[in-house]
Amino acid sequence: MDDLQKLLELKAKYEAQVEKVLKKMPERKAEFVNTSGIPVDRVYTPLELKDFDYVEKLGLPGLYPFTRGVQPTAYRGRFWTMRQYAGFGTAEETNARYHFLLKSGQTGLSVAFDLPTQIGYDSDHPLAQGEVGKVGVAIDSLWDMERLFQGIPLDQVSTSMTINAPCAVILAMYLAVAEKQGVSFDKLRGTVQNDILKEYPARGTYIFGPRPSMRLITDIFAYCTEHVPQWNTISISGYHIREAGATAVQEVAFTLANGIAYVEAAIQAGLEVDKFGPRLSFFFNSHQDFFEEIAKFRAARRLWAKIMKERFGAQDPRSMMLRFHTQTAGCSLTAQQPLNNIVRTAFEALAAVLGGTQSLHTNSFDEALALPSELAVQVALRTQQVIAYETAVCDTVDPLAGSYFIEYLTDQIEARAQEYIDRIDQLGGAVAAIEKGFIQKEIADSAYRYQKEIEKGERIVVGLNKFQVEEEDRPKELLKVDPAVADRQIARLKELKATRDHTAVQQALAELKAAAEGDANLMPPILKAVKALATLGEICDTLRAVFGEYEAAAA
Amino acid sequence: MQTERKIRVLATKPGLDGHDRGIKVICAALRDAGMEVIYTGLRQTPEQIVAAAIQEDVDVIALSCLSGAHGYHFPRVMELLKEKGIDDVLVLGGGIIPEEDIPALKQAGIAEIFLPGTDTGDIVQFIRENVKRH
Repeated sequence: MDDLQKLLELKAKYEAQVEKVLKKMPERKAEFVNTSGIPVDRVYTPLELKDFDYVEKLGLPGLYPFTRGVQPTAYRGRFWTMRQYAGFGTAEETNARYHFLLKSGQTGLSVAFDLPTQIGYDSDHPLAQGEVGKVGVAIDSLWDMERLFQGIPLDQVSTSMTINAPCAVILAMYLAVAEKQGVSFDKLRGTVQNDILKEYPARGTYIFGPRPSMRLITDIFAYCTEHVPQWNTISISGYHIREAGATAVQEVAFTLANGIAYVEAAIQAGLEVDKFGPRLSFFFNSHQDFFEEIAKFRAARRLWAKIMKERFGAQDPRSMMLRFHTQTAGCSLTAQQPLNNIVRTAFEALAAVLGGTQSLHTNSFDEALALPSELAVQVALRTQQVIAYETAVCDTVDPLAGSYFIEYLTDQIEARAQEYIDRIDQLGGAVAAIEKGFIQKEIADSAYRYQKEIEKGERIVVGLNKFQVEEEDRPKELLKVDPAVADRQIARLKELKATRDHTAVQQALAELKAAAEGDANLMPPILKAVKALATLGEICDTLRAVFGEYEAAAA
Repeated sequence: MQTERKIRVLATKPGLDGHDRGIKVICAALRDAGMEVIYTGLRQTPEQIVAAAIQEDVDVIALSCLSGAHGYHFPRVMELLKEKGIDDVLVLGGGIIPEEDIPALKQAGIAEIFLPGTDTGDIVQFIRENVKRH
């Protein structure tokens, strides 16, 4: 008679008890299923993890397959990087917010650019009207970038920049600022998002089509491997895919499928997997289903490690490590009773920490109403500090490992994400799946299902479809972007164009065009153009002339 | 027997904002409610929106903006409609829009602004009750 037999007997006894209880009091729902469609049972025991091989499935922190984390000591050594995404108005205003955040104990910067910058238009472009300085800072030229980092030594901070289509141009500006500060490139630490593939189905700031965009991305991989070795050359992002409505499983699947496409493109461009692999990083959402999210992070780590090792033959363990930034779920915030958002964000942040994130952004409670105010940003940062310094959850690594439920969910998410990746492979990979509209449709269907669940009352959102109040008490201090920002940017552009060396600009742009028509790495000519004070719009227009622009099919 | 013409809606994203989860959900809900919906996709200028509304002969224009640029794009659409002499199209707005901005948008002629958390059923009902040329 072994333990299994005993457990089976015990389980039978339990089931009999459950029967009795159910007769008196039925459960809240006929079936419990999470957002990814994974059934959640009443209780988990070793029976559900019968053939669970600890060494193969979990290993130990810092060891393959990295389910338990990528570092051996994790937060016992150093907490995650607390990194609040911020930017609005002009470079000067954003610079002041950065100094405020650094003084408040934030440990890394995260730059939000306005939409014209993200789509490669100068502030004086007709399509930029109404958008300058709104969702981020307006950057037109090296002048703006210098003001953005005024008084911030670039060898002492790590900087994350949410920039995709014109990533090469913004990165070149950052390098030029470092050069002026006398900081050598090998001292620079940070991340560029540089993830174009999720822009087509989810975020929308594309310029060129997928194929020329992939070239720009691999050019950045190659350039940084050689010149900026500590830089994370891409942040492969599930965050926006999730925000657009995807489930946890879809978030993992579509993100890693995009990751596979980047690795394939880089290998095709002649790069060695272990040269660029260690510099790939990821970015995930932390949503509201607490255990599902923790399991998601763990499943993503294990799946990526296997992909890099088995599919791409990586040898260096660092190539197999999925390092990631997390942001709490913006889409979980409500405009109703906004202070409740502080609580939502805290739980989501805790899930990210228990999932082993490398850095974290916590959303501000007023974000369903406006851009975050200074008070709201401070509470958000304090939420992270409370988790780090007061809850003691960081004192042991991956504390939920071995929980029957967590390991069941981790296995389920991994298996279901793998099924999606297989389907995407059959469609010809992520680029083809996007071109065929497969990813877009999957996401839109999930988003609509979620909305209907709320409207039918199957999903409760506190303060929205239950526990509503008659009179909403709205926060008074919302951030307003000064409408004069656009005028100031446009005046500055005029001044720039009047004082710079025209011949140098024209020559640099001509060299860039020639390089784009050929197959040379585009980073050096872009860096030259940036230093000659060509504007972001001029550089992007030069590339538009060669690469054309992406036209999204209306859904 | 007279077959009733379906309510036609132009759903659109003015400006550079790429957040289209909300507008796509609304498109699906309006279609489920029996309306005919034309979705333009992202990055529409007010000029393109008005041209599309005329060409598609719509009864309703639904504008979505989460980038904070509503104060420019929404009134501009109304201005262009007026210039074309169109006053019988119901124009709605939605997105992340501070409450204090709403009076000015309504003043400009936007019939209603729907904020995050709105039940899609409320939008369907509002359209049915307020559509002008149907």
